Formats: sequence, C-alpha cells, structure tokens
Amino acid sequence: MNLAGSLFSSSIGRKILMAITGVILIGFVIGHLIGNLQVFQDPDHLNGYAAFLHHLGPLLWIARIGLLVAVVIHIWAATVLTLENHAARDVKYGVKHTIQATLSSRLMRWTGVVVLAFLLYHLAHFTLGKVQVSTFKENLPPYTMMGDYRVAGFPVVKAGAEVLDVRSMVILGFQQPIVALFYIVAVGLLSLHLLHGFDSLFQTLGWRSEKWAGALRKISIVFCAAYFFLNATIPASVLLGRLKVAEPVHVAAQR
Amino acid sequence: MVAEKSSKTLSVTLRVWRQAGPDAPGKFVDYAAANLSTDMSFLEMLDVVNDELTVKGEEPIAFAHDCREGICGTCSCTINGKPHGPGHGIATCQTYMRSFRDGDTIVVEPFRARAFPLVKDLVVDRSAFDRIIQAGGFITARTGSAPDANSTPVPKTDADLAMDAAACIGCGACVAACKNASAMLFVSAKVSQLGLLPQGQPERDQRVLAMVGTMDTLGFGNCTNQYECSAACPKTISHDFIARMNRDYLKASVRAAFKPVSASASGGAG
Repeated sequence: MNLAGSLFSSSIGRKILMAITGVILIGFVIGHLIGNLQVFQDPDHLNGYAAFLHHLGPLLWIARIGLLVAVVIHIWAATVLTLENHAARDVKYGVKHTIQATLSSRLMRWTGVVVLAFLLYHLAHFTLGKVQVSTFKENLPPYTMMGDYRVAGFPVVKAGAEVLDVRSMVILGFQQPIVALFYIVAVGLLSLHLLHGFDSLFQTLGWRSEKWAGALRKISIVFCAAYFFLNATIPASVLLGRLKVAEPVHVAAQR
Repeated sequence: MVAEKSSKTLSVTLRVWRQAGPDAPGKFVDYAAANLSTDMSFLEMLDVVNDELTVKGEEPIAFAHDCREGICGTCSCTINGKPHGPGHGIATCQTYMRSFRDGDTIVVEPFRARAFPLVKDLVVDRSAFDRIIQAGGFITARTGSAPDANSTPVPKTDADLAMDAAACIGCGACVAACKNASAMLFVSAKVSQLGLLPQGQPERDQRVLAMVGTMDTLGFGNCTNQYECSAACPKTISHDFIARMNRDYLKASVRAAFKPVSASASGGAG
C-alpha cells in the first residue's frame, strides 16, 4: 500500500493524521494568542499586526487554506474513527465503569463539537462581520498609525497609514457580556480539548513512554492552564472595564 | 505460626447476563449466592451457583475457564463493569470472594465487542486474536540447539522489555475495557515482543503492517489514548507498547512506500 493509502485508510494512519493536524492547529492557536495579546499594548500594535497580516496577500491565503485543510482532515478523521468506535461495541455494558480515563479524554468529542461551533461563530464575528455588524472593523472609522509597526526590525506598516481599527472592534464586541462569556467558556473547552490532545499526540506519534509520561502530563496541564488564562484575560479585561477603546485619534495631528 | 483460618462467609446477589446463543435475546437474571467462603475464587463461586442451578434443573451459566491460575487467558467476564473484576493485575480466576462485601449485588457480563461475538451467556469467541497472531507470520531466526541460544547477543534491557510484552496471555481484557473496543494493547504487545529482539528484525516491518491491517478488518475500534486497557490488563502490560507500535507502523509504512522491490518478487516457483 502506498503511504497516503495507509495514512488515510488504516486505524493508526488516521490517528497519525489526527496528531499531525493537531500539531498544526496547536501551533496556530499559540501564534494566534501571542498576536492577540497585543491588544493590551497601544492600538498601533494590534492594528498594525492585523494590517501586516492582510498585506501578506497570497501567503495569507496559503496559510488559510493550509489551516482549513488541517481542520477538515482533523474533523474527518475524528468522525470516521468515532463511528468505527461506536460500531465496535455494538452491545453496550449494563454497568459503565471507568478505571483511569481522564475527564478531558472522555469529553473529547463534546469539546471538539463545541470548539467547532465556536470557530464558526468566531469567523462570522471578527473575520466576516456577520454578527455585531455595527462594530465590525470595516464599519468603524479607520485608524491612523502613529508609528511604524515592525516585524523582526523591519517596518511593515508605516506611520500615518490608514488601517482597520481591529482593536476597537474586539473591545466593543466584548463589551457585550454574553459574547465575552461565550468566548471565555469556549476557550475553556478548547483548553480541555488540548489537555488530552497535546498529551495524546505524543503517544500517537510514538514519542511518549512511562519514563517521562508524568512530566509530559505536567507540561500539558501547565500549557493548557496558561493558554486558557491568557486567552480569557482579553474578554475578561474588557468585561471588568480594564481594557477600553482608545481615545479618538486627535493625537495624530501632533505629528 | 500458622495463620488463623478465616472461616468467614458472605452472601451476594449475582446479576448475570444470560443469552442462550449468538442470535437469541439476552437479559440479566438475578441469582442469590449464599454462604460463600471468602476464600473461594470468583470461578469457584460460579461453580457453586451452577451446581445449585443443575440440581434445580435449570441451565447452568456458561463461562470460559481453564488453568485457573492466571496464565492461560481463558477466563473472561466483566465484573461490575471491569474486566476480570476489581483487582489490579489479576485475572477473574485470581479474584477472590473476599474482594466483595456481604449483601453486594455483583453484575457479571461477557466481554463486549463486535469482534468478540457472543457464544453463550458469558462466553465470547476471541478467535479474532488468533487471526491477528496468524497474520504476524513466522520468524526466520535460526534457533539451533540449546547452547546456540546465547550466540545472539540480546541487551538485558531489551530482553526484559520483550518479556514484559510476551507476558500477554491474550485474554481480551484490553478490548473489553477499552471505551472503543480497540485491540491496540494486545496487538502492540505481540508486535513489540518480537520487534524488540534481534531475531525479530527481518520481518519486523512486514509483521506490524500485517497485524495492524488484520486488526483493522476484524471490527475492533480505534485507540483514543485513555489507557483503560493497561489498567485492566491482568498482566499489567504497559500502553508504552502502543506508542512503540504506532512508531513502528509509521516507519514501516514509510519504508514500504519507498523501499525498492525486486522485479522477481511477485514471481517465484509455482
């Protein structure tokens, strides 16, 4: 059998696809979080960063398509494997008993479905502008960059450039408590999903062993706790009034 | 000093899955089992209950058993939802009635998996495991005579690890305990047992590909890395072997995809 055949049609192959796409998606959510944390800096940062990403052009689309393929493969493999798993135990036990399976591992399918629903909402919210239309970035007054936005020392978005006011969109969006709370809950469930997923991918790729399994588990817990806490600070700070929309840009005239 | 003999007894209610045949409808039936010695094994307790059923003219409970000392892998039974009962690292035959309390209701079910079709009551057909073993094929190692065994050096750590894998008695508790009825622990133990030893190297790739391929066709589920299998295993075989098999399978698949094959490989005599 060829390599693609054994990856897509065998049980272990599909598990490996789950793990590899999982690694890609974990890499993405970490990068996404680091980018988003710029919301706590002056508006030049998040807005410059967003403008920079949009100026990437074809590279942005390569990344988007790559992520879409990863998400589709991840969900396809999960669905196929789950259906097979249900079929493999056609008669259920009268007494359900769990010896040591963790809560996060037993909730994977549910957390996965909620994360997918959240992903769709999140895209509709901040990428497509289908919800909270009045505060969508394209409907807000443009933001004028006060300084250069630099990536690796290179100025990629110049001072004075008019860019979309992403930072205000995010903050105004989270000022609606139900939206902010939904984001916090969804990110919590994503962290729970990652708790099993991160630990589990090492087993699937054959790198885990009893010798360092305890350390790996601790790394997973610290990673997921940090991921949740840092993500939740954004909507939580808006809800608590610690993160506000910047003053109108009359300062730009000073330059 | 001789320990005082414990002459304690207990009475329990057994809730047993009764099913006359593969296609007959099954149901739980309650049986009172009274005045049992705490020193009885679980299987001896079933023997006593069956004696009473036979005297009453009822059909005795069919259950699988053979050596009754934890080495053959014949006994099965899921006791209160856990394969081989409440103990750790023991088979049903090594589970004693002292593990239960007077007045307990004990639910006894067969191992549940589509790949293990039910034969009768608590007996399931585990020959799917035999088909996986057969798919593993032969090894080309020359064994020679007894002194030649030492002519192939095996590092002690590898030999110990291979022995851990070889401790698998093929009982099927891993499949029964797995939330997905996956056979990964069993197959990984069998793959690793030979894969760890120098004698197992020539067929290592072909073995893992064939055994996993056969496993996939038999209707077992897939591993979700919850490790219920190793926790239920009467031989406490580690799920490290599953990680090892995953790695072996990936390497073998890559090699199978790129390794050149002799033009005459598909020919030969006959």
